Amino acid sequence: MKAAMRRLAFVLATVLTVAISLSPLAAVAVDDPSEMLPDAHQEARAQAIGSQLRCLVCQNESIEDSSAGLARDLRHVVREHVAKGESDRQIMDWMVGRYGNFIRLSPPLTAGTILLWVMPVLALLVGGLVAFLSFRRARGSGPAPLSDDERTRLTDLT
Amino acid sequence: MSDKTAQPDLTRRRLLMAAPLVVAGGAGIAFWQMLSGMRQGSFDPHDIKAPALNRPVPDFTLPDQSPGQGFGAVDLRALKVPVLVNFFASWCIPCVAEMPQLNALKDRLPIWGIAYKDKPADAQGFVRRAGNPYARIASDLSGMTAIDWGVSGVPESFLIGPGGVIRWHSAAALDEATMHDILLPLAASLRT
Amino acid sequence: MTPELGNFALALACCLAAGQAVLPMVGAQRRDPRLMALAPALAIGQLLALLYSFACLVHSAIQDDFSVQNVAANSAVAKPLLYKITGVWGNHEGSVLLWALILGLCGGAVALFGRDLPSALRARVIAVLGGVSAGFQLFCLTTSNPFDRVWPAPMDGQGMNPLLQDPGLAFHPPILYTGYVGFAVPFAFAVAALIEGRVDASWGRWVRPWAVAAWCFLTCGIALGSWWSYYVLGWGGYWFWDPVENASLIPWLTGTALVHSAIVVEKREALKIWTVLLAIGTFSFSLSGTFLVRSGILNSVHAFANDPARGIFILGLLGLVIGGSLLLFAIRAPSLTAGGVFAPVSREGLLVLNNILLCSICAVVLTGTMYPPFMSLLFGKTISVGKPFFDATAAPMAIPLMVFMGLGPMMPWKRAQLWPVLRRLWWAGALTMVAFALMAWRVRDVLPLLAATCAVWVIASSIADIAERIRLFRIPVGASWQRARMLPRAALGAALAHAGVGVSVLGLAAMSQAQHRIVEVHVGQTEMLAGDAWTLTEVRAAPGPNYTALIATIEVRHDGQLVTVLHPAKRTFASQSQTTTEVAIHTNLMSDLYGVLGDRHENGGETTYVLRLHYNPLAPWMWLGGLIMALGGVLSLSDRRMRVGAPRRAATAGLVATS
Repeated sequence: MKAAMRRLAFVLATVLTVAISLSPLAAVAVDDPSEMLPDAHQEARAQAIGSQLRCLVCQNESIEDSSAGLARDLRHVVREHVAKGESDRQIMDWMVGRYGNFIRLSPPLTAGTILLWVMPVLALLVGGLVAFLSFRRARGSGPAPLSDDERTRLTDLT
Repeated sequence: MSDKTAQPDLTRRRLLMAAPLVVAGGAGIAFWQMLSGMRQGSFDPHDIKAPALNRPVPDFTLPDQSPGQGFGAVDLRALKVPVLVNFFASWCIPCVAEMPQLNALKDRLPIWGIAYKDKPADAQGFVRRAGNPYARIASDLSGMTAIDWGVSGVPESFLIGPGGVIRWHSAAALDEATMHDILLPLAASLRT
Repeated sequence: MTPELGNFALALACCLAAGQAVLPMVGAQRRDPRLMALAPALAIGQLLALLYSFACLVHSAIQDDFSVQNVAANSAVAKPLLYKITGVWGNHEGSVLLWALILGLCGGAVALFGRDLPSALRARVIAVLGGVSAGFQLFCLTTSNPFDRVWPAPMDGQGMNPLLQDPGLAFHPPILYTGYVGFAVPFAFAVAALIEGRVDASWGRWVRPWAVAAWCFLTCGIALGSWWSYYVLGWGGYWFWDPVENASLIPWLTGTALVHSAIVVEKREALKIWTVLLAIGTFSFSLSGTFLVRSGILNSVHAFANDPARGIFILGLLGLVIGGSLLLFAIRAPSLTAGGVFAPVSREGLLVLNNILLCSICAVVLTGTMYPPFMSLLFGKTISVGKPFFDATAAPMAIPLMVFMGLGPMMPWKRAQLWPVLRRLWWAGALTMVAFALMAWRVRDVLPLLAATCAVWVIASSIADIAERIRLFRIPVGASWQRARMLPRAALGAALAHAGVGVSVLGLAAMSQAQHRIVEVHVGQTEMLAGDAWTLTEVRAAPGPNYTALIATIEVRHDGQLVTVLHPAKRTFASQSQTTTEVAIHTNLMSDLYGVLGDRHENGGETTYVLRLHYNPLAPWMWLGGLIMALGGVLSLSDRRMRVGAPRRAATAGLVATS
């Protein structure tokens, strides 16, 4: 609660909008172009890294999409490090060292997040298995299946 | 209702059909724990839990923020007594609310303030009006030191143990209860 | 006085709903026709009471009755009339009342249009809806009462979040809620069927129109929400994978699965238990989505009922509705007769595949959305799951879905062979290949390229499906036209809805190639983006009803020819000291030119403005596709066979003449 209160005030202070609707709300990130790196290739890299980093105060945007003060600072940091020639990995580690895995919009694969990452395969496997089993059962179940007419009569009887 | 399927098959079917209920029930219990945890304050889904805890303070040196004297990591590491480092700003509303607590605390635990992204004149006025709870005040104009500490917003407080290790962290404004029940006992234990 | 009347009407509706939950159910169990006959009367009575109650709240808002807490907190004298009305549901209390009203409308609709249902089934369905209604009206009355008074009444209200002061958002919640709540009807049908212990083809036929109708609203609601964020938020984004959006996507995915599996129940009397589970699941996800998001558990900016007491009440209610129905399912479903038999390669086989894929995507989205709070609860660790995760996992799973979507409608029921189907689709396949080659030449990203290719395939095969049915170019055109007119609307609707998916996906894929620039310019300066020259010609201040605006004029030229003049603006609301940006968009349906006015800088006498310029190819297709999907749904709803409750056997026997 307290943290929520404080965050709320932070949000107000930075003239962000506090949401009370059922649709996504966010600050309007119109940046200062002077923030951007002159080298287009480096700038693209910085944007790619930035879009993987969560804006910590606005909860559901990447720092590239937010105009919150902290997001702006972090964008700046990313660009500084890119300009210094650091690798994506180094920059990510720098961020995680300060803010933990919370800052990564795509969580790293760890023992705790294994279920998350295998979910696509797991869901398909379970779905496929259930379908396969019911196909097999339906085919292998006893005498010849009832015809449509028989079934209708049967349901009328029961 | 007549069972038309073979017995072992039916048991398996029963188990399968109960699965959604079990999953939903589990989720329901988890949600209930989350909600009651939120009510008691033991569970906060918005807490970032920055990893600064139990690590030495990061390297930094910050200039003076009038009316206090600036400091850096070297000063914190040279400490023999615990100190509370408090990030604040004049534009932050909960910081204002926190000031009476800090003033009540300052005689029992030294507080060092860091003005976060604040114009020196504004911060100075703010501290004066609030009755200056800080033993030393530094100015983090760029906000970069705050990032090194894993600060996501102000106010945020860190308890620094002797040797400059972060022993406790709060990402919310301090209140009476936290101060007496957690902060002061911890600071006392670090003193011995 | 009006708020008290509204409150009273709400309480009355709650009592009627409680009666509606109990009496017809008892009547159906005892086979008492008098008690069962009460069902429609109670449902309509409840609906009238709710309508009156809602009208009272709207009246208070229009009259600026600031003694009503809800109006004082969300309205203001200076607010335009339209937003005074739509502001009624722009807050927690009002939206719960709207939610209850729509549920009442669903009950009323079943009472009115369900005359041809067997009376016991109808009584049970209405009773289930009544039970859900009573619960939510009780929630509204006890913890979220929109009629609460405040004393002394303030002179003026606190106003409304300026971002909500927008026509797109004004109509978004009612449509979205109708989608969510609409799935209560299939849910009620499922629960009623479980109580009766009987699911057959006619059940499938009855439940499907309701599912399709709710699906249409939900599709529109999601598309409208996405469009709203695109033109309001001002950075060209349209989907955040925010918990709130996921909460609407999850029931949409299971609802889509439901709409398809119900066809199998109707045509082949298979997948019955699965369809019942989907009907329960879809409404359960709608409920949890709408309410858990508000409890503050999910790390979303949208939590607006950050009150744990409400959270506990809602959780109890959800436990009752979801837990109760799943318990009933666990007890009754095993004894339902097993489904019909069919070969894996058949129409129903592909529909099963469709269900597996849709539900797998749903599982991924659900897991991703719920993982952070569970991780925090179980392991005390904080993580984030955002756009990069979903883009990498959920999005690729749509590719096989689209591949099979093209084949499905051509596949015969029961037992089919792949080869004849593929042969009839040869030209759609050829077209897809050509499209792939053309796009691969220019687009280097794998996922958008594959998605766009599949989208072309889906559209082409939908057209091929209809062309095949009317034997286009194989018989004289006139005869084809005759066949087209005789074609079941359901088939046309399905083809249209599928094509709509293709259109949407094309838009999404093209948006990955969007370009943007952030520039700082002075008045008169020209900047280039994607071959267009954008010139800032003027920036002027203008007053609005409850804000002041800064309006820019940007002329966009292509090869010297004026394409359009854009007026992006920035509004400052005094009552909330907030600023919003008004994006200016020019669309020619093939691309959007999208301009945003940013900060103003004074650099030593010279004033400059930050502009954000976007070139968004095929952007409107994303929402156009949603609209086409919904239209497809509406078209298939107008099919004679889909007409609610019209018994097909009787109709074909000529006993009932439906006009």
